[in-house]
Amino acid sequence: MTPDPQSKLVKLDYAVLQQCIHCGMCLPTCPTYNETGRERNSPRGRISLMRAIADGELDVTREFGEEMSYCLGCLACVTACPAGVDYATLIETSRAEVERTGVLDKPGRNFIRWFFFRVVFTRPRMLRGLGRLLRFWQRSGAQAWSRKVGLMRLLPRRLRELEPQTPVMCAKFSNALIAPVEKPASGEIRYRVLVLTGCVQDLAFSDVNRATVDVLLANGCEVLTPPTQSCCGSLQIHNGDDDTSRLLARRQLDEVDLSRIDAIISNAGGCGSHLRHYGKLLKDEPKYAERAAEWTRKLRDIHEWLVEIDYRKPRAAPESFGGNVATPLTYQESCHLCHGQKVTRQPREILKSIPGVAYKECAEASWCCGAAGIYSMTQPTTSAWLQERKIGHLGATGARVVASANPGCHLQIQNGFRTRASADPLAEPRVVHPIVLLAEAYAAEKKNSG
Amino acid sequence: MQAPDFIPALRSAVPGVTLLTSREDLLPYGFDGTATLKGKPACAIFPRNTREVSTIIQFAREHRIPVVTRGSGTGLSGGSVPVDRCIVLCLVDMNRILELDTKNLTLMAEPGVLTQRIFDAADAAGLFYPPDPGSMKISTIGGNVAENAGGLRGLKYGVTRNYVMGLEVVLPDGSVVWLGNKCVKDVAGYNLRDLFIGSEGTLGVVTKVLLKLLPKPAARQTLLATYASMDAAAETVSAIIAEKIIPCTLEFLDQRTLRCVEAHASVGLPVEAEALLLIETDGHPDAVADEAARIEAICSRHHAIAVRRAATTEEAVRLATARRSAFSALARMRPTTILEDATVPRSELANMIRFINEAAKRHNVTVATFGHFGDGNLHPTFLTDERDADEMHRVELAMREIFDHTFSLGGTITGEHGVGLAKKAFLPQQLGDASLNLLKAIKRTLDPHGLMNPGKIFDLETPAATGTQSHDA
Ligand SMILES: Cc1cc2nc3c(=O)[nH]c(=O)nc-3n(C[C@H](O)[C@H](O)[C@H](O)COP(=O)(O)OP(=O)(O)OC[C@H]3O[C@@H](n4cnc5c(N)ncnc54)[C@H](O)[C@@H]3O)c2cc1C
Ligand code: SF4
Ligand code: SF4
Repeated sequence: MTPDPQSKLVKLDYAVLQQCIHCGMCLPTCPTYNETGRERNSPRGRISLMRAIADGELDVTREFGEEMSYCLGCLACVTACPAGVDYATLIETSRAEVERTGVLDKPGRNFIRWFFFRVVFTRPRMLRGLGRLLRFWQRSGAQAWSRKVGLMRLLPRRLRELEPQTPVMCAKFSNALIAPVEKPASGEIRYRVLVLTGCVQDLAFSDVNRATVDVLLANGCEVLTPPTQSCCGSLQIHNGDDDTSRLLARRQLDEVDLSRIDAIISNAGGCGSHLRHYGKLLKDEPKYAERAAEWTRKLRDIHEWLVEIDYRKPRAAPESFGGNVATPLTYQESCHLCHGQKVTRQPREILKSIPGVAYKECAEASWCCGAAGIYSMTQPTTSAWLQERKIGHLGATGARVVASANPGCHLQIQNGFRTRASADPLAEPRVVHPIVLLAEAYAAEKKNSG
Repeated sequence: MQAPDFIPALRSAVPGVTLLTSREDLLPYGFDGTATLKGKPACAIFPRNTREVSTIIQFAREHRIPVVTRGSGTGLSGGSVPVDRCIVLCLVDMNRILELDTKNLTLMAEPGVLTQRIFDAADAAGLFYPPDPGSMKISTIGGNVAENAGGLRGLKYGVTRNYVMGLEVVLPDGSVVWLGNKCVKDVAGYNLRDLFIGSEGTLGVVTKVLLKLLPKPAARQTLLATYASMDAAAETVSAIIAEKIIPCTLEFLDQRTLRCVEAHASVGLPVEAEALLLIETDGHPDAVADEAARIEAICSRHHAIAVRRAATTEEAVRLATARRSAFSALARMRPTTILEDATVPRSELANMIRFINEAAKRHNVTVATFGHFGDGNLHPTFLTDERDADEMHRVELAMREIFDHTFSLGGTITGEHGVGLAKKAFLPQQLGDASLNLLKAIKRTLDPHGLMNPGKIFDLETPAATGTQSHDA
């Protein structure tokens, strides 16, 4: 068998595949290997399959495609790997190869992928339109009514199980909460930054975006927030649609003038991890390569940026702590923030600096919660197993507040606690973005000082 | 790929056991942690208990199918690389700790339990399981026994062998034997337990391990000494030992290794240093304080540029963990990483290090060296590219010279990784005919059909033993 010259794995620089020396040091941190104990479900097993395809020892088969879908893409293996294997590139290339060869094609799957990856998530206005529809459904009583009369039973099982998990849409999206340009009240401008509002974050967590702008303003940053922003393309690249992902990256670059900006701020772990890689993604496109490299240089996770500019430590406890001087709080890492972006120290530093926080470290804090993009839809069983494991560890810390910096994780944890705590709603901790807490603390200062 | 005909019969012989046969399932069992070696098994099977292991072994014997036992596949001599058309007997599902006996300070485990879990279980009971190979967070205790694995604490605490009190073994005919017990002393009959420790899966399958535990040392102190020359570091080690101090850890890293480790772990290693010693002393707090001070003085006397003490236990653990990643971290430098395991009497360390560097220079190859200095155990690691035939040839020449020199110093080709496939060619020179024939005689007696991990350690002149190995490029 000779390697297929069209294969994306064959075209990939062989050194990326060769980098894995199959030492096995990544195995204990891989959730799917922990679930099954089978090499194929481990990072080094998956890499060996990818390499077999590049070597022409294996065709891209349906089983290969399924294996690539079973991988969470959590990148825990990247942190664990001493050899510096670039697993992110390997899994992205493999998933793109799976789509190119069509081994997983099914009419329904193809339609859903086309509709979401290529239609909805490339059209910010349409996305917001859908968000409004969804909110109407959730608020008008239609949702409650249809649940009551059992209309949901008409849905296919998968969708039915997912329906309660859909995030509650905000009344106002980011553009209604944030002006395109906002200047610090103090008048002193130390930096000028661009805030990216994201997709899910924009619809379901626009308060996080508002809080992000607030803390930046409080730290002397002039904030630019374009009211309509393109999707960053992470959803697409993580699911094998690298063409659309590049299209979206180019669009982002076309929309902003980087020269005026000190930093580009992302507040969602999953988006940031991909946004950071624009330089690599577009390195072969002469028209964009240079700007993409600049973009990558300037991209910062919000926590990272705040620590870098030596943010002002808050002097008051968030009002939501209700005067409790030692509110037990724990931090749940977003995979793409800790493994993808290596930002682990800064969110903890910020949380610990908030008055009233009694910080508790959680076991397996850097383990995936099972949200993993659309993983909860494609692999519900493994996702649920990870969710349960996560809720167990979080619960064991006794935390009343769980801080997490990614919308997917936020929903997964919240849903996990809801399912578990249904008997005792008091047992359900508040799930919140660290930056929202910081913004609350700053706001409380103002109140205190009258 | 057509599954071999024996599969249905094997499936019904051990109902309910996971049996993998698809290409996608088997490719990942084609290798272990050793560079450039791979093979194609017929299937991989995951027994859950001794009875199932025994049934599989009997089945294999009846059908004359070779069996390659496997733990986590982190071996560095090709021990669990499958021979073509074999059964891979993977023991990771036998992963229960069966008993922790705090009265006799023993722990009984199934072979698939990870080394780290054994350490943690002992630690939680205020006890201590010392052998800590670099791979401990993923290696299995069965694999440790089969390779007689060492670790970072070998100098003071010895290797896996020193902690095995008993073994349950399934012999090549399927019968189950129990060797050893919880007694501190036992001279009833030959010491067969030791025969199986380090036997690399060629004599039988270890299905239970009874381990000795120690009380946890009350205190420990970690020191980092940096040097401008490797010689000075080597001489420090000889001096520490000559002064009758036995630290628990005496690890060495050269500059290349140190830089790669730092690139991975960011623990603040001094990347400008030529050589680094990671030293740990443990025991009674007073003794630890005294030893640490004396070691510090010796380091300074032997031209250490700086000696730093780990400030906290967490820092000490971080440093040791970083050191454990050395081998894999070296893979950052070149596409292929070939690790050796030469071990010499400790008095010859400086000599050996010098020779390795000269040999590398002579043959124009890149070598990074690290190792368990306190044990005289060096890991000269060739950083090369398996696709460059010319360079690979030069690597072989340099390796040959290093082995010859090891022998001339009274050393061994492998201190802890085993012979497997990787060192097979060099074993006759080290052992000589008489010893090698004794090994073969034992093998023939226990495994007359040559079915247990054939072709590992040495070749036997039986049909099944000629399983082919492909060196992929
Ligand atoms: C990064 C790294 C660091 C390492 N550091 C060290 C170190 O410091 N010291 C050291 O000594 N080694 C080290 N090793 C080598 C390796 O981890 C050890 O040899 C370990 O004991 C292998 O365990 P395993 O479970 O992976 O066994 P495998 O690799 O699966 O098997 C090893 C051998 O044991 C046999 N075997 C496995 N289980 C059984 C059983 N139950 N019964 C009979 N035979 C069996 C196999 O057939 C094979 O021959 C390191 C390896 C890596 C990758
Ligand atoms: S991915 Fe890294 S840690 Fe995992 S086997 Fe490969 S080299 Fe080792
Ligand atoms: S990305 Fe996560 S699930 Fe996938 S191989 Fe790496 S550790 Fe395992």
